[in-house]
Amino acid sequence: MKNIGIIIEFEPEHKSGKKKIKPGCFGVITLARQDNTELFAFAINSDIKALKPDLEAYGITNIVDVVLEPEYQNNPVVRAKAMIKAVLKFHINAIIGLSTSMGKDLLPRMAAQLDVPLVMNCINVDLENNLAKTSQYSGKAIATVKTTGDIPIFGVRPNLVEPINAQATARILTFDGVDLVTKKLNVLKTGENDKSTNINLAEADIIIAGGRGIKNKDNFTILSQCAEKLNAAVGASRVAVDEGWVPYSMQVGQTGEKVSPKVYIACGISGSIQHFAGMKTSGMVIAINKDENAPIISNCDYYVKADVLKIIPELTKLLNNE
Amino acid sequence: MQIYVCVKHVPDSAASITIIDDTGIDKNITFLLNPFDEHALTEAVKIRDRIGTSEVIAICLGSKDAQTTLQSALAMGADRGILIQSGENHDSIFTAKALKIAIDQDGAADLILTGKESIDAEGMQTMFRLGALFDFPVANNIVKLDIEDGYAIVDHERAGGIINTYKMPLPCVIGAGKSLNIPKYPTFRDVVQARKKVIKTIALTDLNIKKPSASMKITKLESLQQTREAKEIKGTAVQAAEQIVQILKQEAKVIS
Repeated sequence: MKNIGIIIEFEPEHKSGKKKIKPGCFGVITLARQDNTELFAFAINSDIKALKPDLEAYGITNIVDVVLEPEYQNNPVVRAKAMIKAVLKFHINAIIGLSTSMGKDLLPRMAAQLDVPLVMNCINVDLENNLAKTSQYSGKAIATVKTTGDIPIFGVRPNLVEPINAQATARILTFDGVDLVTKKLNVLKTGENDKSTNINLAEADIIIAGGRGIKNKDNFTILSQCAEKLNAAVGASRVAVDEGWVPYSMQVGQTGEKVSPKVYIACGISGSIQHFAGMKTSGMVIAINKDENAPIISNCDYYVKADVLKIIPELTKLLNNE
Repeated sequence: MQIYVCVKHVPDSAASITIIDDTGIDKNITFLLNPFDEHALTEAVKIRDRIGTSEVIAICLGSKDAQTTLQSALAMGADRGILIQSGENHDSIFTAKALKIAIDQDGAADLILTGKESIDAEGMQTMFRLGALFDFPVANNIVKLDIEDGYAIVDHERAGGIINTYKMPLPCVIGAGKSLNIPKYPTFRDVVQARKKVIKTIALTDLNIKKPSASMKITKLESLQQTREAKEIKGTAVQAAEQIVQILKQEAKVIS
């Protein structure tokens, strides 16, 4: 029998104060399911009873309520300490979480302190053989990585695994970490997730990204208006960021965010090798570009040879009428 | 202050990658200083120039060719370089151990900087492993850094550009994000002057590193094939938009 630990993450807080599990977590649970395993979901300071039905629906058999002093729940060092103690307490054999911004902080902290292997940004994980597939060389290659050692940790790209239901019954366990503190890192400020800002790029199902063809800062509003209708995130190519039209946090590409949405709509983006590095694992790529020689035109699923600034407003209009 | 900047010698992002022997790449391409490490170096030099009595040491685990990357680091302002020379690629568990031992042999670190990730292995973890080995606090993806009274006050950037601010006692390990600064590229004069600076080479075998029990090993490397068959959406702007809506609904099933 193998015990698999799954790190549960939550959507930015709802107005109601209710915590909602990130959909990507259900994909991770689906990926972790196999014969002869017990699935342990670890969640920090949350209303476990409210989460139970959702976690059970995907096959979780144990839910670990990790309790921290509220003052420390956003402290990355304390959070990692608590998770480490909790996974050791329940004899976890492998850990799987998301490669989100929380995962990119928590999982390496855990791996470093435990001195165990870690593979981030996985596009697939084989927990039976401790193998993971991940992108390397700026997304130009896929590496199969074999981990050796106790408690391997895997951070999976959100969206890549379609969640599939598998009803189970879970028991609730507790890890009490209220006495955990640190002097090594003091949190002076935790930025609030502002609902009005962008949907998280790495986790979005649809991304509309703009490049040189958007021409200026103001025209990005045309993309955001369309994105709002589609519940999409807005991304950008490096050119748009370097021009100062949008902040770096919106950059998709090798030195920006690596994304795998179900649909990537590239608007006025030529498709440099570095841009592809960040989005080539997308489900479907739709390109809108005036230049038929742009590399993206020959490397997408659908393309429109036209001025993006004419197409997107029409798309928004249609979506408005739906 | 002794500031160590860990740098990596990586293939140029624009280079084509040819896979050989199933797990390696043809190294007959341009290699350079990992782009995120440029931000780490720039910040280290900025801190040194402000504090005065500090030294910036660029340190690299890599092949003999990685000398060129250390030369770039020196041209960008590092005072000296250390190359831990090795013929093979190493995972981050091993790399962190090698960097730790070499730094300990060289001096006492007050601050260790790295890039937030390398663009070749994309492992995102060496800085945390270094922190654990030194027992120093770590923060990654840092976009603002201040040193005050023995503390580092840093802005950590989360998804969507949201900022958390942390305060950590020195010594600590910091992974530089892209918005931390704008690297100043060396002038010809910088490059010439850098040639007078010293790069010390240590053989990896001289560090006597015990083989770690945990490892990550690449068993297969495949080029990421593009299998997309581009189909054109034709018609007027309205017609094209209509077709996109149909594709999103029926084929991609992302809207209803």
